[in-house]
Amino acid sequence: MSDNLLRVQPIRNGTVIDHIKAGRGKKVLDILSLRGSDTTISLLINVQSKIQERKDIIKIEDRELNEIEIEKLALLSPNAIVNIIRNYSVAEKIKIEIPEFISEIVHCPNENCICNNERGVSTNFKLLSEENLHIKCTYCGRKMDEENINFI
Amino acid sequence: MKHIVSIEDLDNKSIMSLLKRARELLPVAEGKKKSDKLKGKILSTCFFEPSTRTRLSFESAMQRLGGSCIGFADPSATSHLKGETLSDAIRMVSGYSDAVVLRHPREGAAKLASEISDVPIINGGDGAGQHPTQTLLDLFTIKEEMGKLENLKVGMIGDLRYGRTVHSLSQALDRFNTELHFISPESLAMPEHVTDELTNNWSTHQDLESVLSELDVLYVTRIQKERFPDVEDYKRVAGAYRINSELLNNAKPKMRILHPLPRVDEISTNVDNTKHAAYFRQAFNGIPVRMALLEKLIGGK
Repeated sequence: MSDNLLRVQPIRNGTVIDHIKAGRGKKVLDILSLRGSDTTISLLINVQSKIQERKDIIKIEDRELNEIEIEKLALLSPNAIVNIIRNYSVAEKIKIEIPEFISEIVHCPNENCICNNERGVSTNFKLLSEENLHIKCTYCGRKMDEENINFI
Repeated sequence: MKHIVSIEDLDNKSIMSLLKRARELLPVAEGKKKSDKLKGKILSTCFFEPSTRTRLSFESAMQRLGGSCIGFADPSATSHLKGETLSDAIRMVSGYSDAVVLRHPREGAAKLASEISDVPIINGGDGAGQHPTQTLLDLFTIKEEMGKLENLKVGMIGDLRYGRTVHSLSQALDRFNTELHFISPESLAMPEHVTDELTNNWSTHQDLESVLSELDVLYVTRIQKERFPDVEDYKRVAGAYRINSELLNNAKPKMRILHPLPRVDEISTNVDNTKHAAYFRQAFNGIPVRMALLEKLIGGK
């Protein structure tokens, strides 16, 4: 049994998000609104990994991530792997990908954009390049990258 | 081609074919020839902010082609003030007409409308965003005046930072191998998000004199007072970028001056009667260009 598993016990049911970009784990917790929920959550920071040099891991008990949460995660840490755990074993392994269009989860920073001023309209961004997460609002054309993305 | 939201919706081939058709339609635009190409068709002009020139030129273009217009010139007379969403307004008006011209103070309004409407949406300006028919008429004017669009040296002077017409026009001209020269004070320089996408040579200049003699076209825009917190700064900058007929002695004889109008005093009236002044013809060109576009979108040709 490796060190990693000894540090935190395996969970029975829930989600293990593995291979999170080192240092991003806390941010992932924030974005997924997991803080303050009543389930047990373990966050491992800077774990030594075989694939990448260092990584963060999050274990969430008794809760499986939904599609929107996985999409948000994709933007924060594109190489993360989501393991759905049922009865101590991996029931599903989801390799996440950044979608071509990112809707509803990112704020458009342009206050005069129609998507910030019309009831019933969701934000929508087109992925221009995965590097630096370069995205463009499909309404006003405002471009952003990783550094200035604000999640809804 | 279904909607015209941005000049990027048109490839070079479509642009050239629209400009060609606009030229054929000149006699109709001038009222010398009649057309009933769009007889029985209705165009809605929905102006959520006033723009007399854009609205009247669309209405004239539609009527010259035998069609008719409905619409409003400013939102105070509509349910918009009662809190109706743009989406609901577009659903309604697209049922009343064969195409909709939309002018709106918010960026992205025309894009949203195009996602909802069953009939073609034409963007008549969305906030600081796109105004594709202005770009088309600018291109048409350059082509008519210079005989071509390719390989020209075009200068743009004035407020290059906030002027949306020069942003779209730069990107459009770049597709035709134009060499662009941007002339402005540093505080009003062409934004990076525009210059980053240019593929041909371009350069910036603080003053016009250094580059004027090379230019084929000079596109002038108004420097707006409200961009300057200090009135004295405004006067100094505006004064330094004023064009008058003496200044033009150094220009090529065939150099043409364009301006989207209205002008205040960035072009002196003593330029109006020189061979360089093309801005009044440019304003007229809004008619044949919009006719060509309406024909294409509504007539299905």
